[in-house]
Amino acid sequence: MCNSNYSDIKSNYSDTKSNYSDTKELTAPDKKIVQVLQEEFPLCEEPYKILAERAGMSEDEFLARVNDFVREKKIRKLGAVLQHRTAGFKSNALCAWNVPQEKLSEIAAIMSAHCAVSHCYDRNPAPNWNYNLYTMIHAKTREECDGIIAELSKLTGITNYQVLYSKKEWKKTAMKYFSES
Amino acid sequence: MELSNFDKSLLNLLQGNLPVCKRPFAAMAAKLGADESFVLNRVRELKAAGYLRRIGTFFNSDNLGYRGTLVALEVAPSEICAVAQAVNSYTEVTHNYEREGKFNLWFTLLTLNADRESSILQEIKSMRGVEDMINLKSNKKFKINVQFKLQ
Repeated sequence: MCNSNYSDIKSNYSDTKSNYSDTKELTAPDKKIVQVLQEEFPLCEEPYKILAERAGMSEDEFLARVNDFVREKKIRKLGAVLQHRTAGFKSNALCAWNVPQEKLSEIAAIMSAHCAVSHCYDRNPAPNWNYNLYTMIHAKTREECDGIIAELSKLTGITNYQVLYSKKEWKKTAMKYFSES
Repeated sequence: MELSNFDKSLLNLLQGNLPVCKRPFAAMAAKLGADESFVLNRVRELKAAGYLRRIGTFFNSDNLGYRGTLVALEVAPSEICAVAQAVNSYTEVTHNYEREGKFNLWFTLLTLNADRESSILQEIKSMRGVEDMINLKSNKKFKINVQFKLQ
């Protein structure tokens, strides 16, 4: 089914918390840890020594807390993201699907299993926009991207959808947490 | 720069999780059958050559207390540039794309409280050229995956 080299090494499934009050506010030292971790990772023998110093705590304390964050799923991943272009993916589309609500999980699972799909979220539809499932699709060319979308439509039987090709990337950044003024 | 087989193994490993320990690159080097200093140098070179978008920590924003949403705007074509730049100016906006279709500007917004989200959306909605706005909240993330396996 997947003839591109975009392959699904690991994917995460998670419920999105809908209310702000669903999560306890972080303590000041924890916020500090988040602030230092979200900067570029130091490329040296003992990176955590440097990060711990910036956070004003010992390396052992810092490492223990980072491990807690991983366990508590505050940290999704600690590693690298490649440039899409490095891997040769030049065509990216957001595809919005109109899926019967009772079949949402089943269809989302089929779409998520496809290696060209990097993100798959449900979303509440809007009055003039009746789409409730969203996938990001990556391919080498627009033709390949169109082919993948047609394949997903055939696999799921969902024929009501909108393909939203990007015309211009205005912003793509990692969030700077706890830095709002 | 041509990627060697070693580079590809290194990049595949690097896209997973770096071990959380005192010498993470030594632990990675052991898995690759190489020296810590060799691995570190190669990571620095690959980064300098532009192969890595970012190396660091990716948080699950929900579990830090943030709530995210996807917002789509219908903007008059003559104003799209000005509106896109104004949307970009919010630190809470992480991705902002001009797309084909009726809704031609799509951005993601991450905020720590509902008041901040609604005040940002109010400000954007009242900008010149913004004709319609839809706020598309998510309940379930089925897949979040930005890894490219190199073969």
